Formats: sequence, C-alpha cells, structure tokens
Amino acid sequence: MRLDCPICGSRDRREFYYQGDAVLLERPAPDAGAAAWDGYLHLRANPAGETRDLWLHESGCGAWLVVTRNTVTHAVESVELASRVKEGLR
Amino acid sequence: MRIRGKGLVDRSDTVTFRFDGRSYDGFAGDTVASALLANGVRLMGRSFKYHRPRGVLTAGSEEPNALVTVGIGAAAEPNVRATTQEIFEGLEVRSQNAWPSLDLDLLAVNNLFAPWLGAGFYYKTFMWPKAFWERVYEPVIRRAAGLGGLSGEPDPDTYERAFAFCDVLVIGAGPAGLMAALTAARAGADVIIADEDARPGGRLNAEVLEIDGEPGHVWAARAVAELESMRNVRVMSRTTVTGAYDQGTFGALERVNQHRGGRGDGAPLACFWRIVAKHSILAAGAIERPVAFQNNDRPGIMTAGAVRAYLNRWGVSPGRAVTVFANNDDAHRTAQDMTAAGVRVAAVIDSRAEVRSTAEYPVYRNAQVSNSQGGKELESISILVNGKTEKIQTDCLAMSGGWNPSVHLTCHMNGRPTWRADIQAFVPTEGAVPGMTTAGACRGSFSTHGCLADGVAAARQVLDALGKKAPDSALPQTEDAPYNLAPLWAVAGKGRAWLDFQNDVCVKDVKQAVVENFRSVEHMKRYTTQGMATDQGKNSNVAALAVLADATGRGIPKTGTTTFRPPYSPVSIAAMGAGAQGQGFAPQRFTTSHRAGIAAGAPMIETGLWYRPSYFPKPGEKTWRQSCDREVGHVRNAVGVCDVSTLGKIDIQGPDAAALLDLVYVNTFSTLKVGRVRYGLMLREDGTVMDDGTCARLGMTHFVITTTTAAAGTVMRHLEFVAQCLRPEWRGAMTSTTEQWAQFAVAGPRSRDLLNGLLDAPIDNDTWPFMACGDVSVLGVAARLFRVSFSGEHAYEIAVGARYGEALFRELVARAEGLGGGAYGMEAMNVLRIEKGFITHAEIHGRTTAFDVGMGAMISATKDCIGKVMAARPGLMDRDRERLVGFKPTGAVKQLSAGAHVFAAGMEATRENDQGYITSVGFSPSYETYVGLGFVKSGPERYGEVMRVVDHLRELDVEVEICPPVFVDPEGRRARG
Amino acid sequence: MRFSGLRVLREGLTGNKGWTPQWRDADPKAEYDAIIIGGGGHGLSTAYYLAKEHGLTNVAVLEKGYLGGGNVGRNTTIVRANYFLPGNSEFYSHSLKLWEGLEQDLNYNVMHSQRGLINLFHSDGQRDAFARRGNAMINQGDDAVLLDRAGVRKHLPYLDFDNARFPIYGGLLHPRGGTARHDAVAWGYARGASERGVDLIQQCEVTGIDIENGRVRGVQTTRGAIRAKKVGIVVAGRSGQVAAMAGMRLPIESHVLQAFVTEGLKPCIDHVVSFGMGHFYISQSDKGGLVFGGDLDFYASYAARGNLPMAEHVMEAGMALMPMIGKARVLRSWGGIMDMTPDGSPIIDKTDTQGLFIDCGWCYGGFKAVPGSGFSFAHLMATGHHHGPAARYRLDRFRTGRGLMDEEGTGSQHNLH
Repeated sequence: MRLDCPICGSRDRREFYYQGDAVLLERPAPDAGAAAWDGYLHLRANPAGETRDLWLHESGCGAWLVVTRNTVTHAVESVELASRVKEGLR
Repeated sequence: MRIRGKGLVDRSDTVTFRFDGRSYDGFAGDTVASALLANGVRLMGRSFKYHRPRGVLTAGSEEPNALVTVGIGAAAEPNVRATTQEIFEGLEVRSQNAWPSLDLDLLAVNNLFAPWLGAGFYYKTFMWPKAFWERVYEPVIRRAAGLGGLSGEPDPDTYERAFAFCDVLVIGAGPAGLMAALTAARAGADVIIADEDARPGGRLNAEVLEIDGEPGHVWAARAVAELESMRNVRVMSRTTVTGAYDQGTFGALERVNQHRGGRGDGAPLACFWRIVAKHSILAAGAIERPVAFQNNDRPGIMTAGAVRAYLNRWGVSPGRAVTVFANNDDAHRTAQDMTAAGVRVAAVIDSRAEVRSTAEYPVYRNAQVSNSQGGKELESISILVNGKTEKIQTDCLAMSGGWNPSVHLTCHMNGRPTWRADIQAFVPTEGAVPGMTTAGACRGSFSTHGCLADGVAAARQVLDALGKKAPDSALPQTEDAPYNLAPLWAVAGKGRAWLDFQNDVCVKDVKQAVVENFRSVEHMKRYTTQGMATDQGKNSNVAALAVLADATGRGIPKTGTTTFRPPYSPVSIAAMGAGAQGQGFAPQRFTTSHRAGIAAGAPMIETGLWYRPSYFPKPGEKTWRQSCDREVGHVRNAVGVCDVSTLGKIDIQGPDAAALLDLVYVNTFSTLKVGRVRYGLMLREDGTVMDDGTCARLGMTHFVITTTTAAAGTVMRHLEFVAQCLRPEWRGAMTSTTEQWAQFAVAGPRSRDLLNGLLDAPIDNDTWPFMACGDVSVLGVAARLFRVSFSGEHAYEIAVGARYGEALFRELVARAEGLGGGAYGMEAMNVLRIEKGFITHAEIHGRTTAFDVGMGAMISATKDCIGKVMAARPGLMDRDRERLVGFKPTGAVKQLSAGAHVFAAGMEATRENDQGYITSVGFSPSYETYVGLGFVKSGPERYGEVMRVVDHLRELDVEVEICPPVFVDPEGRRARG
Repeated sequence: MRFSGLRVLREGLTGNKGWTPQWRDADPKAEYDAIIIGGGGHGLSTAYYLAKEHGLTNVAVLEKGYLGGGNVGRNTTIVRANYFLPGNSEFYSHSLKLWEGLEQDLNYNVMHSQRGLINLFHSDGQRDAFARRGNAMINQGDDAVLLDRAGVRKHLPYLDFDNARFPIYGGLLHPRGGTARHDAVAWGYARGASERGVDLIQQCEVTGIDIENGRVRGVQTTRGAIRAKKVGIVVAGRSGQVAAMAGMRLPIESHVLQAFVTEGLKPCIDHVVSFGMGHFYISQSDKGGLVFGGDLDFYASYAARGNLPMAEHVMEAGMALMPMIGKARVLRSWGGIMDMTPDGSPIIDKTDTQGLFIDCGWCYGGFKAVPGSGFSFAHLMATGHHHGPAARYRLDRFRTGRGLMDEEGTGSQHNLH
C-alpha cells in the first residue's frame, strides 16, 4: 500500500500513521452539545466505499494528510494536506 | 531411468546426495525429484490422512505428494517440494510423515479405516467422555497429523528483505513472460522479470518445440541472455512472486542460496522482496490437472506434462512402459515425446471419441482409466472401453484433465476469475489487480504462438500507458496447435478417487459433504479440507468444484470458487521476518550516560526502546533493594543524579505557540512568565489523561515541553494534529529535541551546592526559585537549567547538548559522591515519586481522568482545551469512580503488591466486591514500610478507612489504610527550600 | 440425527449412506416472531439460544452469503476469559462456561481445547498490569497463574530467553484458555438451531429494515419482504451498513485484521502464546498448521485482506519471540473485517426503534464470545431485558461516559486500539 504525499511523493504505507475519519478536522465548539460531540468523536458513517481519512506522514515530512480512498478496493483517489483542507472549511 | 541424449542437465557434473540415508547420484540441474526418478526411486512421501504411499505427481512448486525435509539439525527445513529443491553435493534429504520408515509406515493402517475416516468424521465423535478430548483424543490426533517437523532449534540461517522498483514487473519467464519482457525492455522500460524456476523458460524447457527454427529452450536462453545484458532489466530467477498488494506492491521470495545449501559465501538463504511496479504482466503459465479415478494416487501416476518435463528437461523417464490418459490433444505430446526418446508407450487412453492419431502405439478412444493396481508402485491400470474393462501393464501413467491457468495473483485483491467453457477453466478477470495485464497460458492461451503474441500485446499495452513506443519486430515463428478438450473430471465408479492428494480428499467426500448440506463451495472446502493442503488446491480445486457442481446440479460458474490468497507458494516466517531475531526486533536507544552506567555496574532495563539504569550497586550490597534504599537516601539527605534524557522534549516556537499550549494542556500557559516552568496535564479528546510533563517558557514565543518517556511519540503526533488539523492558521512550528539534549536530574538538599560548583555563574534561591528556568553556562558549555522536582526535594534538571552528556554525567556523579550522594536509577526514582504521590503511566494508564487522579480542578474553567468537553461527561465525573489514593499497611502483613485488588474490610475477594486496585508500590526507607498508590471507589472520601487488599497471584492478604497519595512533605516545603 | 462414535462406526460399515443434511435450507416465510440478520457465529448462536432457552422457534436467520462465512470462519480460534474490567469479566467468564459444555450441548465436536494461554510480559510495569488482570480473573471465579521467567521456560522452552530484545520477565497463564475448531462452532449452532425449528436462509441479503411509528415491522431482502415482530442485527463487518437501514450511525470503524497459517507441522507449540510487546499470538491447530496473527493493519477497510507491512511485522515478532519457527512456511494469509468500537468493547443493546436489537462491535475478539453473545442477545431479544453478564454493553456509554470498558487503556476514541 502506498500513498502519494503531496510533499514527498509516493511512499510506502510504513511511513504513515493512520488516524481515521477526516471528520476529526471539524471539532465542535465547546458548547455544541453532547450529540455533536458524540458525533464528532464516536459515531461514524464508516462507508464501504469512498472515505476520507487522516494520515500523518510521520516518517517523512510530518504533514497530516487527508486521503480520499476506497475502503473496499483500497484505491486512493487523492491526497491533500490536512492544513489546506482545514483552511478550506472555514 | 535416465534417457540418453535427452535433458538439459549437465552430465559432466555428477552430484551426490542422500535420501533417507542412502546415497544417490544425479547431475547438476537435477531436482531431488528428477534425480530420484532417474535412480528408480518412486516412493517419496506419504499422504496426510491415510498415509498412502505417494510418488511425485508434478514437476513444479505445486507438488502435493513429494514433500521432504532438507538439511539436518537446526538447519533442517520441513515440507520442501522434492520437485523444486535442486540437488547439490552433500544434500541431505529425508522423507517425512512416516513411521518408522517411508517404506513401512505403521499409520498406513489408517487406510484400512478409511470408511470411518471420511469427510468431517471428527465433528461427530470424540465427545465422550468429556475430559478425554484434551487428554486422549487431541494428543493422538495431533501426533498423527502434521507433515514434516521443525527442528525445535532457533533458525541458524540468515535472511534479508529488500525493496525494488520498476516500470514493469513481469511475473513468469515462460514464452509469454520472456516475450513481454523483451518487448518492454527494448522500448526502454525498467523491467523486472521474475520466475520461480532456477532456469527461466517455463514450458520451453519441458517441451520439444521450435521457435524461429531453434529448440524452444535455446530461444529462451537467448532471450534471457539479451535481457540480462540490458541495464534496464533485472532477471530474477528462483524468485516467486508471492502476493499482489495495493498500489502496485508485490511480495516476492528469492531463494538466494537454498540450491547451494545456504551458508558459505555470506549470501542469505533467501531474500523477501517488496517490488513496487507501475505495471505488471502476469505470465504465470498453467497447471495441469489430474483426473479422478479409483486409486489414481499410486506412485507412478503423474500429470502428463510432468512426465514430459522429466523426459525433456531432465532426461529421465519415470517409467519403462508408459500409458497416457487424456481428455485433450496436448497430452498426446507425452506419448509422442516418449516414443521419440525410445521409451515404450503401452497405450494412450483418451476419453474423447474423435482423436486423430497415426501413432504406432495403441490409442483407445472413448475410453477411461477406471482403476490402478500395484503396491507402492504402479503396476497396471484398468481401462473401460466399449463397456468392457481391460487391464494394461504400465509403470507410469501420464494423466491430463486439461490445464488450469494460474490465475492466483489476480485473485489476491479479491478478484474472482471468469469461467471459460471452451477450455473448461477459469481465466483472470481483467482489471482484477489494478495495473496488471495477463499473457499466455495464465489467460488461457495454450499454444506457444499464442503465448508469444500475448506477451507482445501485454507489453504494448503497458508501453502505451508508460508513454513509450513499442519496437516494431516480427513475432517469432512457432507452433500454434489446438488444444481440443472435452471435460472429464472424475471417472464414475466405486472406491476412492482422489481429488486433493495430500489431504486425501476423494470424490466421495465431496459427495458426502453435499448430502450433509455442505453445498456451498466454501462449506465443501472447509468440511472436507479440499484445497487446504500445501498446494492450496492448485492441483485439485477446479476438479473438486466440478464434482460439487455436478452433485448439486448447479454448474461450475454458479458454484463459484474459493479464494486464492497470498502467498502464491509458501514463504518461510524467517524470510518475511528477516532481521528480527534477537536484538534485531526493535531499535535500541541509549542515553549519553549509558556507558558510564554500565561502567558503574548498573543493570540496564528496557523502557520502551530506551535502556535505563535500574540501580547503581556499591560493594557489599547484595540485593537491589539495598542499592535502591541507599539511592533514595542520597536524594532525601544529600544529592542524587539521574539521567532523565529519555523524557520527550519538544521545542515549540512561534507567535501562537502559547495559544497552542493552552489548547492542548488543561491548564493555562499563555500566562506563564518567561523563565518559568509549569507542570501540565494533557488529555485526549475523550477526556482521559494522555500525558503529563513540564512546560518551560524560554522566551515570549519559545517553549520547551517535556513528555513522559513512553508517550513522546504520541504527544508529538497529537501536537502536530492540533496544529495542522485544528488550527492551521496559527503561526508556529515544533520539533522533537529529545535526542539533541542530554538532561540530568540533580535532586536533594545539596543539589544547589553541587551545581554551584559547576556553573560558571552561581545561583541562589532568589535568582533561581522553584520552577525557574533559563540558560546557564556549565564549565563553559551552554546549558539549560530547570528547577523542577520529581522527588519532592529541592531539585534541578540540567540539559546540555548531547555530545557533552556523558562528560557532564560523570562530573555530576563524582561531585554528588563528594557531597555524600551519588547516581540513582529507576528503582529509586520510582520510590521517590511514589513517596511524593507523583503519577506515571502506572496511574495514567489510559483509563483515568484528571478527576480520577485528583487534578480535576486543574482544568481551566476559562478556556477550551482538548478533552475538556468529554471529560465533563456524567460518567467521567461520578464521585464513586475509582480515584487516586495512597495505601499504608496497617496489619501484621507489611507487604504490598501492585496489581492487588482492594475490598472493604472483611469482604470476600470477588468481582462484585471489588473496590479498586494498587498501581504502584515501593518500599519507603523514610517510613521503613511499603507504601502504595492506586485507585479506590470514591477514593479521597475514604481516607482513613481500613480496607482489605488481596493479591491471589502472590498470595497476599493485607490490611491497609487508605490515605492521601502523598507520603513525604505534603506541604511541598523541601522543593521550594 | 444424533452424532456419536457408534453412529460413525455404523455408517462406515454400511457405506456411509445414512448421513443426512446437518441443517435444513429453508425458504423465507412471510412472517416470523424474530429475524436474525446475519448467519455468522453470533447470529447462529443467538438463534440457537432463542429456541433452546426461550422456546422461540418461529425464527429465521438471514444470511447474504453462506452460513459461518464471516469472521467465525476466518479467525485464529482462540477461546479465553482473561479480561479484567467489570462488564467484560463477567461476560467472557460466562461465555467460557458455555464453551466448556458446548460439545455435549450441541452434540457436535467443536474441538474446544483448553490447552492453556500464556500472556508474556517484559517489564515490571507489565507484570503489575498482568497481576491486576490475573487477580481480576480470580475474583471473577476464573483461573490465572503468574509465572516467573523460570515458570515460562518450563512451559515454553523454545522461546528466546537468552538474546531477546525484550527479555521475558514472566507470563500470566490462563489454564482454561485455548482454541476451538472455528467452522465447527458455526455448523454446530446451525445444526442445533435448525433441529429446533429455526429457518436458516442463505443467499438472502437484507436490503432494508421496515420501521413504522418507531417500531420494526420486518425486513426487505433479495428474496422478498419478510415481516417480523423482532429483528436482531448481528452482522460483524457490515454493522454500519445494516444499522444505516434503520437510520442509525454506530460508534464503529471497520478495520482489517490479518491472520496466517503455516504448512502442517508435527506438534511443536502446545499452548496459545501471546506476545503483547510484539502484538503477536500463536497456537498450533490440530492439523499441524501454526495459526498466528498480530495487530490491525490500521486503516479503515472492508477489503478482508491486508498489506505487507503488518504481515511482515507479525513475522518479525514471531522470529523475535520464538526463532525456532523460522523454517515454518506461511501457507495462507487472510483478513477479516473488524467492527472497532472506541473503547474496544462490544455492544449488545436495544435501539431507539422498538423491537430492533443490535449485537456488534466485537473488535478482534468476537470468536470466543460466540456462545456468550448469542446467549445474552437471545435473552435481550426474548425478554426485553439485558442479560446480567452483558448488561454493560450499552450503545450510549460513549455519549454518557458511563461504563466505558477500555481494556487496553488506549482511550475511548477511534483508532487507538
């Protein structure tokens, strides 16, 4: 399994740390309420198909990445810098 | 029997090896199987269940019968296919799964019990009496089962792992693979071509055919030579591509030295490759399938292609009177080649009505082989022709039920193969592995011409994708014979007709499975063990499917297949785990004071990847406790020195560094003054404690934080996550400096005295009060000094560049000793912190909250922080949660143990009564008793309560008093002094 | 048909002609008292206990593939009760007790083999953590023995005691831990349920859950609509998709866990050995293959197959711990889809929809839970009340923070287990 780090290029999965659903970028406000926080931290769409998740290029450039990929085929659609994606959310 | 003038072995190079203690001669280029056949040895193994005598069935890695143990002593390797092991001088080969000998195997008695040992019999019995399963039945079954045995000794061989990268990986170096590689390589692509065989060429080495007017094997050798001469090509023989993985990654096992017996020239026995290929061309060929008929498993009955391979490649005839049983034209080559080589062909039995033959040997049309006779060797066969049974004397039956394309790798990523009725076989489904195209027999192109044409076409497709131009060259001229197959899977009749030879799965087992409703192909497989032997069904699955399809009336396409999974052929654990034996398993991290610690006799213990001194023994000290007590005394009464460099250090700089720290710590750091340190607690977003440590402000925009040794990596990831994923707009950067700084705790009432002897500018309590930090100069070297304490004493941590670490440590220890103190290790450090009630990961073990460890009030009410919202969940604020307390023994037993559980006094030690547990225990020299930390329900509300502590495992039952978790200097005067 | 040695003997003498289907393939009826979605280990055992313990026999098990085709057919077959947190302790203890009578109960040899499980530890801190665990096991009424280094050497002389990167300090022995023949468990429950009247319906995929006014009414399937008063979702690996049919989002991420088996070998490993430092565990099957595995691949996946990095890591751990297995060859690797919950513990609960129940989130530990899960889920479905030993497996524990069961201490949020 390999990912195309936008900074380093194609690298083996061994270099990356996995964190899970990219919903973690969207941290609720402290007063958003129990349901919002439950949704943020626990409940998952967990799709069998395309998903967006967070990876850290830990043994590379240290960038957190948003990877769009397929959980059934493991095909990788795109890899973006998480910081850019987050800035786009604003 | 060796045939003059045939074969590609080197007859000038005689090689002597031993099989079951007897010496045999073969030639360079022989396998164990070909050499034994040349010597007239037919019996090479025993089957798994019935211990039936078995000879070689095939000439390749798919061999199910002739499994042997190679080598002796610790280097012995079980379950080696005699068909792939090349012989070398001194090779020791032993048969396996037979006792007392291969020839006389007592467990062959199982064969007599066959009526009771059919599919799944063991699910229906061995249940009475209940206790007998583990004691009687299972041990007997286990001893009877298994194939070869491991030596029980550590593997003495060396192995390697490596990465390789290419534009095109060509898997298989038969006609299709060689043609594909030539085409791609000539166009300039980076090519790796891998073949499991020692000699590339595939069937070209096993057949009598011509390409461009020269023998096929000569053409193959020429192609290999051309490829090897090109700088953009790597030819990897003896290399099996074992698995297809994501994004063009392949596993491959190269047997570097196994054909030479390993050891000697420094090369590893085997190398496991990770090959990353932009494209791949599968040219893995096909595997011939046997036909099921009664007693089709006798030594001497082989696949027709294998018989040809032994003749044409190794110059060996497996028999003197050969018969052929076929349902296709291809197998007739065996009879033709044998006749041409001067071997008598007794008959060809063809199940088809229309067979064209002008041969001199008898050809029976519309005929089937219905049985075989003989003891440990084939003597004759019964054939059914025109409704009559005839017997034919023969010592070698070459059978062919057609060929199965080797689709395996195309299934490794969950692809399902496609049934092709015209060849009665499964072929790869295009696109099953991204980037992979297929060529040759593995996609059902069975003629040599078809293979070459496929090879060119596959290479062109890849070159197109790579943007390279394919060279224009004519396709070599060769045969393009039709295949003409009529399906024949199992000959009707009584008795046992084998499908899976090794596992002894017969046609009747599959039928019985159907009767018992194991009708799904997966159920049939699992119930009968069909296809679960070492060949993973390569020889038998399709025929078994056909029998199942027939028995259920579903037809083969609807029956479906089981899944082929990696590895294609088995890979040793040692090869895939190369380098991990002993110390190679994980990196070793050493502190700068490591050598000094070793020199002082300190036993080193593993803390994560680090090594840290346990204690520093002095002459006369007999136990670790004596040393530990003394070292605790140093710190409490004089001064102690301890290397704390393993704590994680993260340097954080930038205008928004303070804001970042406010977000990740429960307490506030933006208010911290420059030159001051503050203890900080970090939560995970789920509200449990992640880590604790200190944070020093070295400048307005410059902080250095410490983490625990264990959590350094976790905290770094977490901070980067917060910075990049939650607050990318904040300006700042961080880096780990754990290894750049050597840091030492100098602790005890005389710590400042010690430091002032070293510092270029002395300090006092006003210039350097408790929790002060800043730059200092120590013996002319720039250093950082932090007045922090993990012992409760007046203490400092001094940090210098790592290169000065060892020198500073030695200097600090020498001076400490001059002041009545000395170095202290992990044991003393643990006692010191327990006495003071400081927590470590024994307490913040991932399930405890700030509230649980008595730090709930530290969570700032005026700002947000990671974990704050979730920490406020009702379940995490319950007063009756298990909360941090101290323990003091109050009864007759003064011992405490970590891991013991706590109960109300007088209550039985059961789960229902469980009130908590002890996490840390140390002998406090200050109190001359054991003290402990741990958790008790409603903890702080139970101070003073006498409770019962039970450790079943260490047989301790202790009366304790629950107390605040601070045993020494609860007011904290000493640290400030 | 009752199975026995005598029956095998008689059939053998008469040409094995008397065997009959081990379970009945049923066509779906229009309505059932209860439908179990999922014909895996947990689903089949639920159906069995519904019939046996609660007399509910108008029950259908709907399976989209073949019975026992999920994780019950692709695990490393370990059976143990060595948990230490309240909730898990009593549940796995109960499940192990059911295992101990399973052959006799089912009249099916599932080859439950209590050969002993040893968890190794490599530091004082780990020893203390295992002591806490072992004491909790004994408090629960189960068995545990703390072995020192010499004690481990006596049981497992082939470990690397002399040159290990992480020296062996000792081990926690769970004598009643062991293995079982995984497929047989599914088949035994299927046979038992079928004999009691349960309809086992294969090749029947649920495509929708019918809910009216907050009450479940039945399911839509590839073989038509089926009405039911109660519906239980027991579909490890597909929990999220099926729950979504009822409008639910679950606290689950699906991950791949690989496992491996070697070629057959003569007996060489007599216990189940677990090497926590290397995330490695191993046992030897009765057929002779070494069955072993390690940690998750660590990325969300429904592919039921893994990649090389974790496969190689598992081999590394094996070589580090027991270098005598070096020449054993891996015959097959495979992957299962794990329902990973935030705290690593499962869910057996009602849902907000009346009559709709869910049993999921078994992470990578579901096999040993097959009897207990079925028993407790059947109890919940039949009575509407949580069964004592499984009473803490609530869906809402993540929202409320009450009763989190994080055995590994890696946190109650995703991807830490």
